[in-house]
Parts: sequence; C-alpha cells; structure tokens
Amino acid sequence: MDEKKLVIDAHDIYYKELNEMVRDAILNKDYNIVELDNVNGQRYIGDAIEKEATIIINGVPGNDLGAFMSGPTIIVNDNVQDAVGNTMSLGKIVVHGQASDVIGYGMRGGKIFIKGDVGYRVGIHMKAYKERMSYIVAGGNAGDFFGEYMAGGILVLLGLEEEDERPIVGDYLGTGMHGGIIYVRGEVNKKKLGKEVGIVDMTDADMKELEKLLKEYAADLDLDYENIMSKPFLKIIPVSHRPYGRLYAY
Amino acid sequence: MRRSYLIPEFVVDIEHTNCRRCKRCVMNCSYEALSFENKVVPDNFKCVACHRCVVYCPEQVITVRKNPTDFKGSANWTDRHRLDIWKQAETGSILLTGMGNDLPYEIIFDHLVLDACQVTNPSIDPLREPMELRTYLGKKPDSLEFVETPDGKLKLKEKPPKNLKLEIPIVFAPMSYGAISLNSHKAMAMAAKEMGTVMHTGEGGLHEELYDYGQYTITQCASGRFGVHADYLKRGIAVDIKIGQGAKPGIGGHLPGEKVGLDISKTRMIPMGTDALSPAPHHDIYSIEDLRQLIFAIKEATGYKPVSVKIATVHNIAAIASGVVRAGADIVYLDGFRGGTGAAPRIVRDHVGIPLELALASVDDRLRQEGIRNHASLIAAGSIRSAADAIKAIALGADAVAIGTGALIAIGCRVCQTCHMGRCAWGIATQRPELTRRLDPEIAAERLINLLRAWSLEIKEVLGSLGLNAIESLRGSRERLRGIGLDSQTLDILAVKAAGK
Ligand code: SF4
Ligand code: SF4
Repeated sequence: MDEKKLVIDAHDIYYKELNEMVRDAILNKDYNIVELDNVNGQRYIGDAIEKEATIIINGVPGNDLGAFMSGPTIIVNDNVQDAVGNTMSLGKIVVHGQASDVIGYGMRGGKIFIKGDVGYRVGIHMKAYKERMSYIVAGGNAGDFFGEYMAGGILVLLGLEEEDERPIVGDYLGTGMHGGIIYVRGEVNKKKLGKEVGIVDMTDADMKELEKLLKEYAADLDLDYENIMSKPFLKIIPVSHRPYGRLYAY
Repeated sequence: MRRSYLIPEFVVDIEHTNCRRCKRCVMNCSYEALSFENKVVPDNFKCVACHRCVVYCPEQVITVRKNPTDFKGSANWTDRHRLDIWKQAETGSILLTGMGNDLPYEIIFDHLVLDACQVTNPSIDPLREPMELRTYLGKKPDSLEFVETPDGKLKLKEKPPKNLKLEIPIVFAPMSYGAISLNSHKAMAMAAKEMGTVMHTGEGGLHEELYDYGQYTITQCASGRFGVHADYLKRGIAVDIKIGQGAKPGIGGHLPGEKVGLDISKTRMIPMGTDALSPAPHHDIYSIEDLRQLIFAIKEATGYKPVSVKIATVHNIAAIASGVVRAGADIVYLDGFRGGTGAAPRIVRDHVGIPLELALASVDDRLRQEGIRNHASLIAAGSIRSAADAIKAIALGADAVAIGTGALIAIGCRVCQTCHMGRCAWGIATQRPELTRRLDPEIAAERLINLLRAWSLEIKEVLGSLGLNAIESLRGSRERLRGIGLDSQTLDILAVKAAGK
C-alpha cells in the first residue's frame, strides 16, 4: 500500500481534539501513517480505532494509550504512562522507553513491546482464544502482580538491565492465573510466585515460539537478539485451570 | 455409612396410583433427583424445588414440599444455621448460592403507600387521556443557550448530551451471557425492541447473533473485561461500567466452571471449564479520577455515547454516587442489596450492603443538594418485584427501574436459587444445550412483553389516580408517598412523611 503520511504538532492541543484529528486522518482521509510531535500527556491516543495504520508518537503520551484498539500499530519514541493497551484487541504498541502500571489490562489480542521497565499489575487478565493471541514483552524489570488473573496469551519479562540490582519481578507473580504462559529470562525467587502457578521445563515448542516473538521484538526495538537469548528462560504456568474450584460448597 | 448429617430440604411426593408412568418428570429433572425403577423414585437430597416436574406432569400428581421434619425449635439456632454448619463441617468451603438476598429484612417498599386525588385535585382517567411514560436517560444540560441563525431562527448553541430514549421507565438488568443462556438474552433483546426499552448485556459480552439488537442494548465493561472490544462498545446504545453488584458488593463476578462451555469460552476468551472470575476491582480504577479516565476512554471509543456506572448500595452511597456523577457518568445504576446474582458467596449476598430504598432517597437528595442531579439519571434496581415497587422507586427519586429476577420469573424461573449449579431446569441459568433448548426465545419474549405491558398499564393507572399525566412529574415526588410502620429516622432518610400526616 502506498504511504500516505500526516504530521500533526500536538503541542497545546487538548486530547479530545487531538484524537479527533487522528481518527479523522485514519478513518476518513485514509492516511496510513500519522506522526504526532510534541505529545505531552494526551490520553486515549488510538482508542478503539478499528483499522490498520501506523501512529508514531514523539513525546510522552498520556494514560490509556491504544485502549480498545483493534488494528493500528503505535510506535512511541519515549516513555509511556499507565494503562497502555487497555483491553486492546488487535494491533501493536512498541515503546522505546519505560512503561508505568497496568499495561495490557484485559488484553484480547495483539502485541505490546516495551523496551525498558514496566510497573505494577502488568498483563492482568490477558486473554487469548485459539489463533487470537496476545503478547506482552517487557525488556526491563517488573513490579508486583505481573500476570495476575491471566487467562491466556504470552507474557515475557527479559530483565535486560544487567546492572539493575533489584529483583527482576515483584511479588505475587501470576496470582490467580488460570491460562496462558509467562516466560522470564533468568532466575525468579520461588517466593515471588502466586500460589496458583508453578515453574515447569521449557520445551522445544516454547523455545520456537519465544525465538519468533523475540526476533520481532529485537528488530522493532533495535536490540541485540543474541544478547536477549544469552540467558535461559523460565516457564511459568497455572498449576490448575480451576484454581478456586474447591473453595465453594454448592 | 451415612453420607451426611444433613437432611433433605424438600420432599417429593408422587401419587403413584394416578401416575401414568410416562417418565416425563424423570426426563425433565436436570438435577437428577428423579429416576425410574418400576415407578418414579425421588432422591429428596437432590431436589431444589425448581418445580419443573410439577409443572410438566400431565397428571398433576407431583407435590414438592419443604421437608416437614421439625427441628427442635430455637429462634436463635435456626434450621438454616444448623444445616449450614453441617454442610460446612462436611466440605470446609464457602457457601455459594444464586439469586438475591432471601433473609427476612424489612422490605421498605412494603411500608410505603401512594397518594391519590380526592375532591380538590382531579384525577385523570388513563384509559381516555394520554399518559406519558417516555423517559430520557442521560445528562441534561444546566441551561440552554441559543444563537440566532442568519435567517432569524433560534438554534441551540451547543449540542445537548446524547440521551437514551425509552418508551417505558423499565429496563432489563445486566445478567451476563454465561450466567444465563443465549436464549434468555435473545428473549430480552426481542422484548426490549418491541417495547422501546433496552436490555443490559451484563459482563459476559454480546453473542454475535444479537449484534443487530445493538441499539436496544447497553453493553457492559466489567473488571474481567470479558467480551469487551471496540465493536461491542460501539454497538450498544450506551455502555455500563460495572463497579459493583447489589448481591455481592466489593467482590468480582463469578461464573462457575460448570457453565464455561465452548461458546462462553469463545465470547469471553478464557479456557473452557475454568471459573470465570472478574477481579474484585477494575485494576485501572483505584480512585474517582481513575473512574473518570475509563468513562472518557469509553466515550472516546463510542463517539460520546452515554456511560452508565453501576454501583452496589453500600454505606456512604450518597458520597460515592456524587463522586461517580462528578467523574462524568451519565447514568448511575444503583443496585440494592436484594439484587440477584448467578453466583455469589451467601455470606456476602445476605449480609453486605443496604436496602435500595434508603440508598435511592439519599442519593437523590445528595445530588439535588449539590446541584448535580441533572448531570446523571438514576436507575434503581435490586428486587423490583412489581409495578408498585417501580412507582415507589420513581417517587423516591429514580428515573427508571431495572428488572432482572422479575424478568426471569416471567420466563419460567422459580427462584430455586441454584443458578450457580448450571443445571437450571428452565433453560435460563444454564449453558447445557439439552437444557437451553427448553427456553423458546419467541415465547419467552412474548411473556416479557406481556409483563412490561401489564406493568406499564398499572403505572398509568396509578399516575391517573395521582392526577399526573407523565411519569416525569412523579420523579422524586416524595410528597406523594407516606410511610406505615417505619421509624422516624428511616422516614427522615426517605424524606417521606408518616401516614396520617
Ligand atoms: S410426569 Fe407425572 S405422570 Fe409422568 S411419570 Fe412423572 S409423576 Fe408420573
Ligand atoms: S434461573 Fe433457573 S436455576 Fe436460577 S433460580 Fe431460576 S429456576 Fe432456579
């Protein structure tokens, strides 16, 4: 498809107006690339857009970036705030910086690639159904409740900042998880695991899937793929798909 | 060995002499309480009093009774306490149940009576004069500003916020696809369309077969985000953010694994057979500001359709509702502590929350005092059992009421309170194909339409006797209510006078 690009200077534009401009460009005027300069905390960019297009963001976008999104690719050349990819369905968000809390909450498909650290409650209630997969890859460390209530999809934590002395992940990893897979590069203290999950051996199929995903991740973020693969991975899955089955009397 | 210290809750009696041995009852019993060995043999332990056999027996020879065995009387150690303790001593588990709070708390609606015109103010005959039940839900502007167009006409300066136009002040309450069957959803969608009202989808998404009914549905976004995607949000006429549910304030949704079959697994995107648990809070909402963030994420997604926020009535509800309105909600859905559920821990269902009537009155008052009552409409729910309850709720301050359990009863539910088991013999609260087939959506829709029609007629009848020709005029008109047998503090909260005053 031919490239049709629009550049918008987002300086001092209120989010509502800015999002109207983005939607209008993609949905009505058929731009397939929209580049936003001087973004400074505007919320909801890409919200519920159901069409393929690329949105490039220069600056720090506000909360709920790509919420309910179903199609676009968003590239952020900076950090992002909370709730990136909230309940998104399809598309991709690539962040060349760090991310804050609640990334990919209730995500139903698509990919979120973060170069640096992520905050608390990342990948909560991520979902998948057959070929509709959701993926989150975080390059740095993560806070508490990583993958809580996870129902499907793949969540990867890389801990690439080797100098970083903090534990790679916070407490309650995978608490309430009942579907999907979490891969962690390096070691995880077992005390961090929620009681519904366990560590199991990596299989060839796991490695294949990871290789494919991480090649794409490394390419998108200009990272060294070999370096990413230089350490072994742990695989974390739920021990029961009905963790609360015995909790109730009928 | 005795399997249990429990005794059956119900006893099934079959008059064998008149039984024609057709086995229809055996086939109908989805709880496997009836079998056939030369004659129909009941297993009383399994009977839940769903009455399917009673209704379908062609000879009318089946009776289901409460187990007449008496316990040594004690007003303190009730039979219920004893039975519960035995059950928990045997299982070590939380007691799970379905349907709404069944404890004998005082029902305030039953202590409120309505006014009527006599002599000085004429009543209206609803059969001969027009009666207006039309209701608009959503934010109403504080004031209207006009500008003159070049051709000298007046035009609104700003577009007013979008409202939902309902022909009757009754909507269907959120009951998820998952908790109830697709056929039940279909029936509500058809009835809503016919009657000019809406159904709530509940938190389990909307089945593709019902996408065409979009403008008669309010889609829901709950903490589990089941079935929530851009298309779904845009299809509905409004979106409801579920914060709380009257039957289980403070805890998340719970769809037992028994009910998560292929279709539910697909719509909700979760593994088959797993318990679909919604987190207790939305993890992107820890404050009023966060709620505002989600409200506007949804408004951005839907082109600024009205957003409703459903909260359970708990202590301090007036302050909470005020925060919700200030967060930008166009509708506040108040779910009282008698509200139904497909599955909830009984301890929460029966002991958490406050009555709808008190919550409604105090929320309406608070919003008026703060001058923001017009910023949002109020839907009152949580056991609206009759048109009388609906009218009283509106007089207490609601814009509309929602019916859940009432609607299910109309289509066959016997309030047997075992929805969580996924075996509903009436094809309502189940996903088993052999059972869901029992509910014909067309017939069920007809029954719902009849119910809504009957209640609408009754509401008009009462409006006429009150001398009103529009439901609007009754909204929040507490002067038209009086209390009987309510203590002065309750009357004070309701802002209703005692009868005789
Ligand atoms: S349905 Fe009635 S008549 Fe038929 S077997 Fe059962 S009890 Fe007998
Ligand atoms: S919906 Fe079905 S299972 Fe639930 S109370 Fe009604 S009859 Fe019983």
